[in-house]
Amino acid sequence: MTATDTTKERRRRAPLAPWIRGTVLTLGSIAVTMLGLLFVTFIIGRVMPIDPVLAIVGERASQSTYDAVYEQLGLDQPLIVQFLYYIGDVLRGDFGTSLLNARPVSEDIARVFPATLELATLGVIFGVVLGVPLGVIAAVRRGSWIDQVARVVALVGYSMPIFWLGLMGLLVFYGILGWVGGPGRLDIFFQDIVPTRTGMILVDSAIAGEWAVFRNAFSHIVLPASLLGYFSLAYISRMTRSFMLEQLSAEYITTARVKGMSERQVIWGHAFKNIRVQLITVIALSYANLLEGSVLTEIIFSWPGIGSYITTALLAADMNAVLGGTVVVGLIFICLNIFSDLLYRVFDPRSK
Amino acid sequence: MNAFNRLLASAALGLALTATAGIAETPANMLVIAHRIDDIKTLDPAESFEFAGSDVSRNIYMKLVNFDPMDLDAGYQPEIAESWEVSEDGRTITFMIREGLTFHSGNPVRAEDAAWSLQRAVILNKTPSFILTQFGFTPENVTEMIVADGNTLTITTDKPYATSFVLNCLTATIGGIVDKEVAMANEVDGDMGNNWLKTNSAGSGAYKLDSWKPNESVTISSNPDFWRGAPAMERVIVRHVVESASQRLLLERGDIDIARNLNPEDVAGASAADGIKIVDELKGRLMYISLNQQHPELSKPEVRQAFKYLIDYEGMQNSFLNGQYVTHQNFLPQTYLGASDENPFSLNIERARELLAEAGVENLSIEVGVREAQERIEIAQTMQNALAQVGIEMNITVGTASQILDRYRARDLDVYLGAWGPDYPDPQTNAGTFAYNPDNSDEANATGLLAWRNSWDTGGLTEKVDAAVIENDRDTRAQMYLDIQAEFRETSPFVIMFQQVEQSAMRENVTDFSTGQAITAASYWQVTK
Repeated sequence: MTATDTTKERRRRAPLAPWIRGTVLTLGSIAVTMLGLLFVTFIIGRVMPIDPVLAIVGERASQSTYDAVYEQLGLDQPLIVQFLYYIGDVLRGDFGTSLLNARPVSEDIARVFPATLELATLGVIFGVVLGVPLGVIAAVRRGSWIDQVARVVALVGYSMPIFWLGLMGLLVFYGILGWVGGPGRLDIFFQDIVPTRTGMILVDSAIAGEWAVFRNAFSHIVLPASLLGYFSLAYISRMTRSFMLEQLSAEYITTARVKGMSERQVIWGHAFKNIRVQLITVIALSYANLLEGSVLTEIIFSWPGIGSYITTALLAADMNAVLGGTVVVGLIFICLNIFSDLLYRVFDPRSK
Repeated sequence: MNAFNRLLASAALGLALTATAGIAETPANMLVIAHRIDDIKTLDPAESFEFAGSDVSRNIYMKLVNFDPMDLDAGYQPEIAESWEVSEDGRTITFMIREGLTFHSGNPVRAEDAAWSLQRAVILNKTPSFILTQFGFTPENVTEMIVADGNTLTITTDKPYATSFVLNCLTATIGGIVDKEVAMANEVDGDMGNNWLKTNSAGSGAYKLDSWKPNESVTISSNPDFWRGAPAMERVIVRHVVESASQRLLLERGDIDIARNLNPEDVAGASAADGIKIVDELKGRLMYISLNQQHPELSKPEVRQAFKYLIDYEGMQNSFLNGQYVTHQNFLPQTYLGASDENPFSLNIERARELLAEAGVENLSIEVGVREAQERIEIAQTMQNALAQVGIEMNITVGTASQILDRYRARDLDVYLGAWGPDYPDPQTNAGTFAYNPDNSDEANATGLLAWRNSWDTGGLTEKVDAAVIENDRDTRAQMYLDIQAEFRETSPFVIMFQQVEQSAMRENVTDFSTGQAITAASYWQVTK
């Protein structure tokens, strides 16, 4: 073996750069997760005791109509062949056609998901902006009246049925006070004014400079977003309090205080800094839950989001729509996980 | 939402709205309706077969003959067809097409468009195609049976059916006349424009489609050239609002003009509010239970009769069904030709017990299948309670519509509790399914016939239904259906209980709105504010 050959061999055996290895592993795990998700959902969809053909043609259809649709859906093929076809379509970005409204599922999702994204984003902002400080203060002033208020706020958020709270919110702020818009994303006067770019009306109206539409859209979203935000707040504030209590009882906090650090520095500069990684997980989970869509909120506020889309599809045996929606929700969880991982690296020196 | 929550929400709504401040108002030339429209699958008249889709279609597509929403009792009236003649053998109807009509595209409405539209519906073979194919049309022969010639259109059927039967079927959604030029310009892979027409329109009616956003809204705008004159409502928006309380809130705030899906509690609350009125219309939907005749006990005549005495018709009508259903024990809905108002059965536990003793039935345990809809589950529970009093154990299986329907069609349920709505405004639509079953064998697989699903050999009613459908004298035909129903009430395994009433809550300034009663869908061209 010559010296040149040895060098080449070494190059071939040289370990991959950590970031490449990390990326490959992440992508691999995403692919496996997505494949598993697709497989499980697909199988559940096929073994459910619901006839998708009947869901399309209805109970009055003749046998010849039924047979034609059965064949058209490819249900005469073996299950594995159906699954492979489906995987192939999904890889091309084609989730198939909704069995119920005959539109491409990808178009439907592109229509309903931005509505949920807009609502969930505002909701989680509300939850974080109010929930985190509330949790910190409740921990710092443990047992005080603020802590009791935070506890009650969280308890109500956990235990109150969302439809009830939603209806009460509508009654008070829309029905009686008239401060906010009613169910739906816009008043009828403002519909179809702004061209759809992102599907998020607040963003689209801002881009178009249609501020009257923006104000109207905001008046419609503020109540359901606050409602969802309240549920996030309840969760985030309780978790923040619990994380902070753990940190505040640690020895390094006592040391910091003994060293004469100000209370502000102790709380925000030390204790809070150390709960950021845990908080990211909590917030990401909370956001992911909101992005799945809250069916009841969407029903009460006539909000055409992904939650009610998937639920309606499931009840009507529209499996293409269910699978498409599930893939999107799965992707959301995966993306948020990756995003959380990246933030860990920023906030936690050990993970570097 | 369960009944208690519904009541609670309604009570809170009532209390809160007493303090409501000023209300908004929709524009004078615009009608805004809150309605559940998630059943719309397509807007192609050859395929559309759902309630909300029929509403849209009725306003977009004209038909050869149609109902006047201002006088529904008058029956079908000329629309695209100005007049018609029936041949001596009763098999051919020749329609004279009205001159000067145009489609929304500006194309003239021709006999050729009418013939093509009906041929197309048969060739496409979508769900509602049976409404036309029952006259002997097939994809192979339809171009010979339905023929345009200049300004006339002839329809030839395989038997001399009652003219009223044929014309009533042409008023169904599938009878909508499509602009052939526009549809064919959008044809893909020989689909006769089917895919395009699912989400677009090519009609000549009072309105044209602006947009359909599934589970969100349908918007239509007026056709100023509509043959009856430009509609007063230039734009109609139907918003998908699922929750009854949300619909009521929108109505009472003045953000909508009509709320079509209020529950009894919200109807009661809204009727007490200022500026709101409630309009009741009988619809065609019937609520019934049926007994599978493959079950050895349920097939006994005494047991069939006993079940008819085990329903608390009055109690349910006056409690949780209040205002939304009325007792009706016949398969033809009120307002149909031949409808009967005989309701001989009432809750009578003693009589039921006697009948069961005569049949020698003891310790019976049965399963009833019901889809997850609040009022149906409540009916099942009420029934369960009455059956327990005569020693019958009834297990309630609740499932999605598809799950329950699958089993019902497979003759797999002991008892089915559900609803049936007519497909077209002719008595044959229900007679031909409740009382008609020419082959009761499993091999016949006649899943479309309710009598077959319950394994019921109709004992001569099938032949009587066949005779009624070709009877051309209106009064004789009506009497035939009355006779069939009298026998059906006594012998059939069906316990027909209620007919639906639609209660539309609307602002007081809305006039002449019609949901189409039992015979047709909603129309908007005559509405004023």
